[in-house]
Amino acid sequence: MAEMTMIKAITDAMRTELKNDEDVLLFGEDVGYYGGVFRATEGLQEEFGEDRVFDTPLAESGIGGLAIGLGVTGFRPIMEIQFIGFMFEVMDGLAGQMSRMHYRTGGYYDSPITVRAPFGGGVKTPELHPDSLEGLMAQTPGIRVVIPSTPYDAKGLLISSIRSNDPVFYLEHMKLYRSLKGEVPEEAYTVDLDKADIKREGDDITFVAYGAMVHSALKAAEQLSEENIAAEVIDLRTVSPVDLDTIIESVKKTNRAVVIQEAQKQAGVAAGISAEISERAILHLEAPVARVTAPDTVYPFASDEDVWLPDHNDIIEKAKATIDF
Amino acid sequence: MAKHKYETFQILDENGKVVNEDEMPDLSDEQLQDIMYRMVYTRILDQRAVSLGRQGRLGFYAPVAGQEASMIGSHYAIDKEDWIAPGYRDIPQLIWHGYPLWQSYLFSKGHYKGGQMPEGLNALVPQIIIGAQIVQTAGIALGLKKKGNSQAVISYTGDGGASQGDFYEGMNFAGAFHVPAIFVVQNNQYAISVPADEQTAAETIAQKAVAAGIEGVQVDGMDALAVYAATQKARQNAVDGDGPTLIETLCYRYGPHSLSGDDPTRYRTSEEDDEWEKRDPLVRFRKYLESKDLWSEEKENEIVDEAKADVKAAMKEVEETPRQKVSELIEIMGNELPNNLQEQLEEYRAKESSE
Repeated sequence: MAEMTMIKAITDAMRTELKNDEDVLLFGEDVGYYGGVFRATEGLQEEFGEDRVFDTPLAESGIGGLAIGLGVTGFRPIMEIQFIGFMFEVMDGLAGQMSRMHYRTGGYYDSPITVRAPFGGGVKTPELHPDSLEGLMAQTPGIRVVIPSTPYDAKGLLISSIRSNDPVFYLEHMKLYRSLKGEVPEEAYTVDLDKADIKREGDDITFVAYGAMVHSALKAAEQLSEENIAAEVIDLRTVSPVDLDTIIESVKKTNRAVVIQEAQKQAGVAAGISAEISERAILHLEAPVARVTAPDTVYPFASDEDVWLPDHNDIIEKAKATIDF
Repeated sequence: MAKHKYETFQILDENGKVVNEDEMPDLSDEQLQDIMYRMVYTRILDQRAVSLGRQGRLGFYAPVAGQEASMIGSHYAIDKEDWIAPGYRDIPQLIWHGYPLWQSYLFSKGHYKGGQMPEGLNALVPQIIIGAQIVQTAGIALGLKKKGNSQAVISYTGDGGASQGDFYEGMNFAGAFHVPAIFVVQNNQYAISVPADEQTAAETIAQKAVAAGIEGVQVDGMDALAVYAATQKARQNAVDGDGPTLIETLCYRYGPHSLSGDDPTRYRTSEEDDEWEKRDPLVRFRKYLESKDLWSEEKENEIVDEAKADVKAAMKEVEETPRQKVSELIEIMGNELPNNLQEQLEEYRAKESSE
């Protein structure tokens, strides 16, 4: 075991799979010689050569098309979108093409592609860099959306994503890259896709969160425990498809739920989960399912983001209102 | 860049006379006859598809008459092992590459079995999004280069496709990675109703290769030999490691954009149609072959009969194919069935078994 930041765990996962399978290729803007704008791919070109780890021209749709073409010719591409807001340029590649390759060809071709992109607020990046756009991809059948919240999960989920024959949209929260460390095994291991993790057990209320919000939820749970409120914290890890079994089982125990996301309130992952809880466990609920989200505006980059982003205080407030309902 | 570099490349004139002896490709009499055979067969397939479409027995269909030289001439120059990344109009090239006719009808009708290529066939399913196949072509070509195979990939789009961002990204990537790709733009003069000269201020689409740093050539797309020769050269360059080529074929679609309601009389004159029909690829190639005693009316009639019989047999196969089930669509969404689909699969199986 080694103590690693999330970004080191991500690099380590890619190194492991580049070593493990010669068909794994890694490419994108600045990922080669430079090692990526966040250094996520640092040293990998040096170790595996320009044939396996390479820079592309600056064009996201081109990068997506490259991944699809390499996928059908027998490679296992890892493509990087430098910041999540640039995914609009490759939306056809993601939602229109790789997501339906298996379906469109009746299984003749796969899209064994992992799309990596940094996202998430609180680090003062420019406009269209920090947005939480996972909800857009979660709307798309045929593509998994994975968001790790710890270094251990980051490595295990990324290895699972790279090994998957279906396309995975793997999102890396920028604030978590270097803000926390954790024990990460040096060898290859996988964390199952589509499986949520119960990060903290509790009987009074269920918090469903993912990405950086898992840590806000844990902080809220910690503070609520001082008032004898035991919150159960579920880390989704995969936001599409969602592990509803784990959520519903928890809600049946706690009878209350708060779904937490950094993204704006309208539509999105939390809205879908709230609807599923209502459909599947309404008679177990003592209060309406609550949501903690950002407001439905464009992301206000830099100056107002600390107020705009939901935090542990918002979660505590919603939890208390739910319990007092 | 001087315009003369992009003068239209031609070998056979409208009367089937060789006007460019130096560029005459090295084809045997049998191969010449084979090109004509494929063009005639394709014309009949198109006529039958239009008729089946009007009877409501097909789904989506985009007519190809007028583009036979462009389609068959270019496809004839590539190898069996090469890849094709077609647009939705490029069904003939797929069929001559080994895609069964009856499956092309299933594709037209939206049946998933239409997308299941026969084992070993290197082709993408016809692309619906204009230009998406062009960036994918860059990826396929890079894959072929990395595998060290001496194969190329040929992609097809139309004049409208040359306006898409993906057209530029795909060519630029292919040029930057120096990969074995051939981009064919079949300039059939109209993107549905918008004429080619409203797509771009450039005098030719071929010259757009300059910006990508790759070879570009404009060809008379009604001249099968010129299209063949240009594509053969592009393929040779591709597999020799000399990089990609953009080929613009000047042609015309006689019919509507598709059978889904387009009426070309609203945007084209009959004079224009007549003008292009004088350049018909079948007429000029027939005249050329007749001048060499390689063609007869009898031979052509046999091909017409063969194509008609094949269409009939393919339609029979289609009509005997069981209707697809929603449960099957759920099963083919991906390699692994995620939990949401597992649940929905059970739901639809139950629904289907009670039908």
